[in-house]
Amino acid sequence: MGILTWTWILVGVTFALYIGIAIWARAGSSKEFYVAGGGVPPIMNGMATAADWMSAASFISLAGIVSFTGYDGSVYLMGWTGGYVLLALLLAPYLRKFGKFTVPDFIGDRYYSNTARVVAVIAALIVSFTYVAGQMRGVGIVFSRYLEVDINTGVYIGMAIVLFYAVLGGMKGITYTQVAQYCVLIFAFMVPAIFISFQMTGNPIPQLGFGAAGEDGVYLLDKLDGLQRELGFHEYTSGSKEMIDVFAITVALMVGTAGLPHVIVRFFTVPRVKDARVSAGWALLFIAILYTTVPAVAVFARTKLIETVSNKEYAELPEWFGNWEKTGLLKFEDKNNDGIIQYVADKSANELTIDRDIMVLANPEIAQLPNWVIALVGAGGLAAALSTAAGLLLVIASSISHDLFKKIIKPDISEKGELLAARFSAFVAVCIAGYFGINPPGFVAAVVALAFGLAAASFFPAIVMGIFDKRMNKEGAISGMIVGLSLMFFYMAKYKLGWLGDKPPASEWWFGISPEGFGTVAMVVNFVISVVVSRFTAEPPLDVQHIVEDIRIPSGAGEASSH
Amino acid sequence: MSKEKMKAYWKENLGYLAILLSIWFLVSYVFGIFLVDQLNTIKLGGFKLGFWFAQQGSMYVFVILIFVYVRLMNKLDKKYGVDE
Repeated sequence: MGILTWTWILVGVTFALYIGIAIWARAGSSKEFYVAGGGVPPIMNGMATAADWMSAASFISLAGIVSFTGYDGSVYLMGWTGGYVLLALLLAPYLRKFGKFTVPDFIGDRYYSNTARVVAVIAALIVSFTYVAGQMRGVGIVFSRYLEVDINTGVYIGMAIVLFYAVLGGMKGITYTQVAQYCVLIFAFMVPAIFISFQMTGNPIPQLGFGAAGEDGVYLLDKLDGLQRELGFHEYTSGSKEMIDVFAITVALMVGTAGLPHVIVRFFTVPRVKDARVSAGWALLFIAILYTTVPAVAVFARTKLIETVSNKEYAELPEWFGNWEKTGLLKFEDKNNDGIIQYVADKSANELTIDRDIMVLANPEIAQLPNWVIALVGAGGLAAALSTAAGLLLVIASSISHDLFKKIIKPDISEKGELLAARFSAFVAVCIAGYFGINPPGFVAAVVALAFGLAAASFFPAIVMGIFDKRMNKEGAISGMIVGLSLMFFYMAKYKLGWLGDKPPASEWWFGISPEGFGTVAMVVNFVISVVVSRFTAEPPLDVQHIVEDIRIPSGAGEASSH
Repeated sequence: MSKEKMKAYWKENLGYLAILLSIWFLVSYVFGIFLVDQLNTIKLGGFKLGFWFAQQGSMYVFVILIFVYVRLMNKLDKKYGVDE
């Protein structure tokens, strides 16, 4: 059977599975809609969190990024996993004990202020919308590459599916579909990786394989370092970025991960405090299975690609090269008309342009794996994009229906009315996300990475101090969040988007820190301002101080929501 | 639960956090970033050690840290009678 037939079969089967689960797990109450009724077993929550977390970018682009940047790519590997340690140790158990539905719920109650709640809602919406636009686009792109439909058609199909299970099932439907999506995506990622690792090194475990030697007895990494040097690239295993910037980006990604509302809210769905702790562990374990495989795939793919194409006759290349040329992901331009591909670091002499996504997408073909494996990668990419989009849409929907509508505009709304409002906001959110997927604003790609900076600059300090600093009051937290968020915005607008006159060169970055890493600075500023302001203003009321004492003790989590 | 008991529980919790987060910082930032060049002179099979920490080792340690934390806290909860 051909690749296309296999893809239709696998995508059809997995989609039927997701829809079946959504019908089985539809939400009957607002508690089920927002937090799946608080009854998700920790291992399942771990899987759902992992699927929620790993987006189309993790699945498709990450290995390519690491492949092209080598050691520099470590910031993403460490940054997007290390945040879970912070989540497990500093946030998840306490937020679970607090026991409400959303992150703005915590901020609003802990800082006894609707101003704080509104600031948190706005921050949650900004972070989630920048993130979700990229996901819908990702769904469209995967569809168009694997099923040969138009990108926009792909976005519509993705919207219809997400709409179906997010609106119907709420958090409950999303959680159980995410469990299925995790299984699909991890299987789809691991199968080709294991095949290739065995093929290149004789070791089926990719994590060990890329430290092993190939058939010629040379260590793979040494060989790749050599190839890179020969072609004029920097050595694969050493970096090219400033150490301070590598440090700042890693911190911003870790802290940002721990501050992302769609990740935090997952820990409201388990029954007990101890479940919140252990499900963070499961989540990271499930994420780490993919994330520790990524650098191995990156090394295999890069070595294989260079060996296959570099200094080879264009006319004698394997068939896949032509297939991917058609998609525009590979471009060969014979500058010196010798019919041979010169792939080198020097831009004026380089003849081959490679899109980074090809490292995962074309890898199974380059390694000549069976057609069903190639199709599986498509189904996996769709699972990754859909699961993340659904999680984000739920945060957007609950921010509007719960935090704004129920808590501020119309507190006397009935249970039924709130559930209806939640479904309606999910519907509107899907439409807006779809609109951005079809008409992507030029800055989306640039901004997704910065969503982490925004989360680091706003939520993380406010939540951590809400738990660990009893003296923190609303004046401190609000001013910290506003200054942190504005500072991050300003830096992003000036140094990344060039909205304030000409975009200044990297040499003018503050302390040599790039916009991607600036969330770290904004976070520190948030902490400092919060502490200073809070010490000069009145201490929080007694009942709030009791909330803080209460969330520090695990027992009685079930009753916490009655406060 | 009495005020003193609660304070003691919280203090032990903070002690665990300090130790675990120091290890978290050590494996990622110190081994994977600050000392990467020095550690790269040591080889672990085909891996340079600093590179290995940045792209493999730190992630393994992160997973272990969370499960160790879960164990420690479950014990602590029992000791103070605040488990569920």
